Amino acid sequence: MVILWQVFTKILERGILELRRLISLFTVFLLVLSFSGIVLAQETVKIGANLEITGGVAAYGQMIWEGVNIAKEVVGDEVLGKKVELVLVDNKSDRVESANAATRLIDYEKVVVMVGPAISGSMLAVGPICEEKQIPVISASATSPLVTQGKKFVFRACFRDDDQAKAAAQFARSELQAQTAAILSDIAQDYCVALGNFFKDAFIEKGGQVVSEQNCRSGDQDFSAQLTTIINANPDVIYVPNYYTETALICQQARDLGYEGMILGADGADAPELVSIGGDSVEGVYFTAHADTTQAITEIGQKFFDLYREKHGREPSAFEALGGDSYVIILDAIKRAGELDPVKIRDAMEDTENLEVITGVATIVDGDNKKPIVVKRVENGVFKFVTTIEY
Amino acid sequence: MTWVSFFQQIMNGVSLGSLYALLAIGYTLVYGILGFINFAHGDVFMLGAYFSFFMIGVFLLPWWLGVIIGVALCAIVGMSIERIAYRPLRDAPRISALITAVGVSFFIENLGLVTVGARPKGFPRPELMKNVYILAGARIQGVTFWVPIISVSVLLVLLYLVYRTKMGMAMRAVSKDMETTRLMGVDIDRIILYTFALGSALAGIGGVLWACKYPQINPLMGTFPGWKAFTAAVVGGIGNVVGAMVGGFIIGLTEIMIVAFFPGLSGYRDAFVFTILIIFLLVKPSGILGETLKEKV
Repeated sequence: MVILWQVFTKILERGILELRRLISLFTVFLLVLSFSGIVLAQETVKIGANLEITGGVAAYGQMIWEGVNIAKEVVGDEVLGKKVELVLVDNKSDRVESANAATRLIDYEKVVVMVGPAISGSMLAVGPICEEKQIPVISASATSPLVTQGKKFVFRACFRDDDQAKAAAQFARSELQAQTAAILSDIAQDYCVALGNFFKDAFIEKGGQVVSEQNCRSGDQDFSAQLTTIINANPDVIYVPNYYTETALICQQARDLGYEGMILGADGADAPELVSIGGDSVEGVYFTAHADTTQAITEIGQKFFDLYREKHGREPSAFEALGGDSYVIILDAIKRAGELDPVKIRDAMEDTENLEVITGVATIVDGDNKKPIVVKRVENGVFKFVTTIEY
Repeated sequence: MTWVSFFQQIMNGVSLGSLYALLAIGYTLVYGILGFINFAHGDVFMLGAYFSFFMIGVFLLPWWLGVIIGVALCAIVGMSIERIAYRPLRDAPRISALITAVGVSFFIENLGLVTVGARPKGFPRPELMKNVYILAGARIQGVTFWVPIISVSVLLVLLYLVYRTKMGMAMRAVSKDMETTRLMGVDIDRIILYTFALGSALAGIGGVLWACKYPQINPLMGTFPGWKAFTAAVVGGIGNVVGAMVGGFIIGLTEIMIVAFFPGLSGYRDAFVFTILIIFLLVKPSGILGETLKEKV
């Protein structure tokens, strides 16, 4: 018994010694790792990513992040002889968090350029910070006209909402033959409010009539009251310029409440969640979108789509492609700037002309990228390309 | 507004209100026994929807079995929360328990964000819930019929459990005076555990029904319904099970009617609900059906 006990304590002692050695080894390893990290940091080009990884519109942020990474593989991760290092900070789909993330990326991570939030509200919070600190920021998909208005360092890779709403109104009038329309927009989002107003003006200008205007708020799940009022007004088409979750729930409840007319959405609907939440009720819904991702126009677009399909086994969405566009535009601007000076990069970005990107050709004027608007329709749970509207 | 559309709005309100009512019963049950607000209730509600979603969508169980397992898992989670987070604070001041409840709520939400991700998922709805019925010109979802039926049966079962069983008698005793009950030889920990299991199972059922009506689930889906159900419980008189139902219907109908009659104010529907909460707390903190209690805070 005593011998057993002695053996046991011996083993225990050895074990503790071993553990100590392991710990010291691990410490050395950590030290080496952190030093190498510092060495690496000096040689990289730091590009910030201030994206919606969680929160109400997490799908956009995650898709853009995926797009940026795939573009990095397609067009390379080296510029000016240095490696590109992407620094991701989650802005939780929140305005205040977006501003915090921007400050952190600029002051602490020392990025030279940033991919900004996906949605207009958050982008409006980030813009003034980047202006003040003179760091260029490009949003893949913030469409509100206010985002770039009067700002030198703020860019976008997508079209503007005034153009998008006009295109939607034109499509509703001429293709869908709608005489009357109702609008249900999210008043908590700059994007949705602006789109709703632009659509109303354009639809009336083109000879249509807006019979009902209703509001909701992001995060609402019940729209039955608004929809009952809308259905009572009997419109030919309901314009729903909201984000995907709200749009899907609105379609589902509209159909349950017996609405049989047409529903028209905007680029906010362009996420796989529209179908996974809405199911059968989003069948036949039209929406304006950034790009037809089933067919590539450019060579790198083709490579991007192929790589995406290979990785995920499904078609990429417009947001992934736009994330790719942002990366390509940034890389090109750094190349032409010739050095890692944020102001020079900003000037080069503003001079972007006929640059081949994932979704087509990018030409930046006053921070905006004027591109054609695509209309898609949900058919058997898949987004089908309908037409392209030039404006 | 036509009569048909007014009736439709009433049905919309009843449908939403009955869901709040079901959730409010869970709040009120725990409050009635322990005298503290379990702020993690809304998150157990979310877990109920997710558990059932995974049982049905991933393990491919039939719908009813998935839901039963989901609700049972909720009860287990509720008991674990009680055992791990609340029991060590049984004798601490009320405020500590309250803060812990908020902490548990954040913990569950963020655990959800990390494990299942923030992107919403579509919830599989059975035909029974999905079908639309037409009643006097108003269109009513199947789930709208089922929720009040389930809520009322749950209420009856609860009343039976609380007033007709030994366990219920012990629960009532604990709510009157915990120390004396302990002296009488009742295992208080077991009674409280049982209360949490009941409350959490109710939250789980609520989560599944909510997901049937609004087939979108995400880790933060419990927050707002949770707060509104809490408001409903206060309005009805917290601690009173029938009051919780009344409160739920009041909150649901108010929300819908504000949007229906004042479309310009629809962005403020949540603000209205919480204004009601503030008014009740100021004017009649004991709620519509609640009795005035001297000791409990």
